[in-house]
Amino acid sequence: MNLTLKVWRQDGPEATGHMDTHALGGVSPDMSFLEMMDMLNDQIIRAGEEPVAFDHDCREGICGMCSMFINGEAHGPGRGVTTCQLHMRSFNDGDTIAIEPWRAQAFPVIKDLTVDRSAFDRVIQAGGYISVNTSGNTIDANAIPVPKEQADDAFSAATCIGCGACVASCKNASAMLFVSAKVSQFALLPQGQPERESRVQRMVEQMDKEGFGNCTNTGACAVECPKGIDLSNIARMNRDFMSATVKSKK
Amino acid sequence: MLDSKIPEGPLADKWTKYKDDIQLVNPANKRSIDVIVIGTGLAGSSAAASLAEMGYNVKALCFQDSPRRAHSIAAQGGINAAKNYQNDGDSVHRLFYDTVKGGDYRSREANVHRLAEVSTNIIDQCVAQGVPFAREYGGLLDNRSFGGVQVSRTFYAKGQTGQQLLLGAYSALSRQISKGKVDMLTRHEMMDVVMLDGKCRGIIARNLVTGELERHAAHAVVLATGGYGNVFFLSTNAMGSNVSAAWKAHKKGAHMANPCFTQIHPTCIPVSGEHQSKLTLMSESLRNDGRIWVPAKKEDADAIRNGTKKALEIAEADRDYYLERRYPAFGNLVPRDVASRAAKERCDAGFGVNKTGEAVFLDFASAINRYGKTEASIRGLSEPSTEEIVTLGKEVVKAKYGNLFDMYKQIAADNPYETPMKIYPAVHYTMGGLWVDYNLMTSVSGLYATGESNFSDHGANRLGASALMQGLADGYFVLPYTIGDYLANDIRTGAISSDSAEFEAAEKAVQERIDHLINNKGSKPVDDFHRRLGRIMWNECGMSRNEAGLKKAIVEIRALREEFWKDVRVPGNATSYNPELDKAGRVADFLEQGELMCMDALAREESCGGHFREEHQTPDGEALRDDENFAFVSAWEFVGDPSESKMIKEDLVFENIELKQRSYK
Ligand SMILES: Cc1cc2nc3c(=O)[nH]c(=O)nc-3n(C[C@H](O)[C@H](O)[C@H](O)COP(=O)(O)OP(=O)(O)OC[C@H]3O[C@@H](n4cnc5c(N)ncnc54)[C@H](O)[C@@H]3O)c2cc1C
Ligand code: SF4
Ligand code: FES
Repeated sequence: MNLTLKVWRQDGPEATGHMDTHALGGVSPDMSFLEMMDMLNDQIIRAGEEPVAFDHDCREGICGMCSMFINGEAHGPGRGVTTCQLHMRSFNDGDTIAIEPWRAQAFPVIKDLTVDRSAFDRVIQAGGYISVNTSGNTIDANAIPVPKEQADDAFSAATCIGCGACVASCKNASAMLFVSAKVSQFALLPQGQPERESRVQRMVEQMDKEGFGNCTNTGACAVECPKGIDLSNIARMNRDFMSATVKSKK
Repeated sequence: MLDSKIPEGPLADKWTKYKDDIQLVNPANKRSIDVIVIGTGLAGSSAAASLAEMGYNVKALCFQDSPRRAHSIAAQGGINAAKNYQNDGDSVHRLFYDTVKGGDYRSREANVHRLAEVSTNIIDQCVAQGVPFAREYGGLLDNRSFGGVQVSRTFYAKGQTGQQLLLGAYSALSRQISKGKVDMLTRHEMMDVVMLDGKCRGIIARNLVTGELERHAAHAVVLATGGYGNVFFLSTNAMGSNVSAAWKAHKKGAHMANPCFTQIHPTCIPVSGEHQSKLTLMSESLRNDGRIWVPAKKEDADAIRNGTKKALEIAEADRDYYLERRYPAFGNLVPRDVASRAAKERCDAGFGVNKTGEAVFLDFASAINRYGKTEASIRGLSEPSTEEIVTLGKEVVKAKYGNLFDMYKQIAADNPYETPMKIYPAVHYTMGGLWVDYNLMTSVSGLYATGESNFSDHGANRLGASALMQGLADGYFVLPYTIGDYLANDIRTGAISSDSAEFEAAEKAVQERIDHLINNKGSKPVDDFHRRLGRIMWNECGMSRNEAGLKKAIVEIRALREEFWKDVRVPGNATSYNPELDKAGRVADFLEQGELMCMDALAREESCGGHFREEHQTPDGEALRDDENFAFVSAWEFVGDPSESKMIKEDLVFENIELKQRSYK
């Protein structure tokens, strides 16, 4: 396949960026999108220029590191896949592909397609855990049975990979899907109950502090989420947040 | 001499007694002690969180943008623990025995027994942290089986066990970060360790975003930096996984143990072309339900390769379920090394089933049928049609392995619910690593190694679902105790200054190497060298090895290393974000480590576990161990040049297990 790639280049957080155009030939449909990017970078380096910086690590859709906005969609045209799992067979010979970084106030660009998502870590640090020490001297794992359905729902919420596609897809750059996934995981488990209220309050507060936008229920986040995190998590978080707020005002 | 510091006394009492006897550091003193943890995978996150909880000041580093993205996140299948919830006869002793046997009798009894002992705490701990393990309808935890054992002791969270466990450890770590007890440095790479008066007292790190070099001093340093499978270029490891931290430690005096022990995992998606950047694992859990086969007739294999026949057109009688044929007792659940070699044997003999001839089938048709029938009976369907059975069976398979099947579909563009998967062995895990004693301390005082970065528990072959167990055991339950015994001597030391000549010199050396790479302006990108190194390693130091090949590889690697330093091109500069520069440094270290692996493979003139020397096999092609001459750990000491490394032996003593030829027949 022969492709025309329009790629966002930006030297650093303060620099102004621009789109660069590259022609790339000999792309195989079996390549992953990132392997295509490797090929582009090989061509750029051999020509004596600086390659395109992009984040990636596992290349199997689980670490949440890859993050490209491809032809106007987070993680490109596929559904339920990350950029690294997207294959070139999803494109046609002769296509022009536009590749940009996540864009959100809370995710400043570091270089080219690499952004800083440490805001997500800070939201988790604000309360995305169960406060239990790691001594191992807890009760036996089977002492509290958890109904399978509930455990499965907690698991589904827990599969969020923290990639930030939800934020990148949202016109308000809201992080509600990400935050609600973590809140829900613990809200659905007996172990998460003692801190249920304080957790949601602290996480939401931090989320607001980081400069993520408000949720206006457009649902673009769930459409682009590679892990199929459901909008019902946002509803659950809103309910928990309301009830916690009402109680703490009393 | 290497002192493994194994406590005296009966095997089952060693750890308990050891814990009773070690020196403790009181809480007030812990506050004046600094520990650096490199790596935030299962081993690193758990250690950093635990040490911080205990009161130490912890600094943690990872090269990714978040601690949650460490390579542990990718582990799929599960984690072992001797809980015996299934009441199938499991026990600490059996887990211990299986691990030593599975490792082909090349691991330390005392370490493995301790691992088995603490395994049960891991599950309790994780559940308390909110890790959503799979459960049965009654609400209790579910288990599955993994290769090389005959009990069900593997806990799992669909095909995402590593992710859920790491997020658990990450949450414990996040809690300590929020308390200010852990200083978390992301996008930071450790460039070297710094020695003061014979002890490791800090590191030189590089901020990968700004390119700045930083000095960090501490009373002790823990490496939890993962495995080095990427020396083969193509592996199931994440792209950034590397040997550099361990290698830097090695060059400062930490011995590298059994470097040639590499695990080649039998079930991975085969290579599809020259552009391939990494390989994808299909979890071992699939072998619970998938049956592995190739056509029994060569002409059928040829027809499949040239596209004139499909798997489904091969009659049952014309299929060779070679694992079931060769190993009736364990069948498809033989250990990984055995399964991988058997696949290679069939493919080398011309029975491979894809274009390159390097693939075998992993077939779920019987499982779909079997589950479908059970499900139909649960639902009370009398005389269900074949279609109904298949539909129900697919649902069950989907619930168990859905994400793996999706991943396969995405990569191979083929539907595994309808036709068998094609799989082939790929590099997956490194049993070798930094030599550590019972305390997990390397041969450098004050420098520890945990998780995949050490060599300790898996001998010559790791059993499935045991790496996650080891990483968390080391970090949550072992290191936090053992490190105290060392740090107890440091309560009066006071803060270590990074303003010394030693730090200065270490920083300067790091800077010089970086400058060299940047200013080299050669003609070839880093990956070019990495791919070539990978090819040499895979051909000569992969699934089977022989003397001539290994000698040839050593010569080739030396030449490649020389060429690298002359001709590598690293674009950009060293004072801003430059992933090519990071990669160059790592490949430079792989080019040294690769040679040591070949030297180790050459020196070990026996076959054991994943190390198969063609000269040493039984008449039916099984690995032939030589316990008389090779029941030892080979620990390599760096003496100035990788080619001149010296081997030191730690003899392995087996007092509780009788050494036998491993048989899975
Ligand atoms: C695809 C796959 C599936 C697997 N499935 C299973 C399974 O089902 N069950 C099982 O038991 N095992 C499994 N394993 C093996 C297991 O996942 C690993 O052995 C284990 O997770 C390693 O954990 P770790 O903490 O030692 O290292 P890692 O998780 O690799 O973490 C290494 C850390 O070190 C950091 N680091 C490395 N070098 C540096 C440096 N120079 N400077 C700073 N930081 C550095 C990294 O940033 C990272 O945080 C699997 C492995 C793979 C590849
Ligand atoms: S909710 Fe989905 S899109 Fe958002 S961070 Fe999690 S996985 Fe990514
Ligand atoms: S690189 Fe890990 S999710 Fe894409």
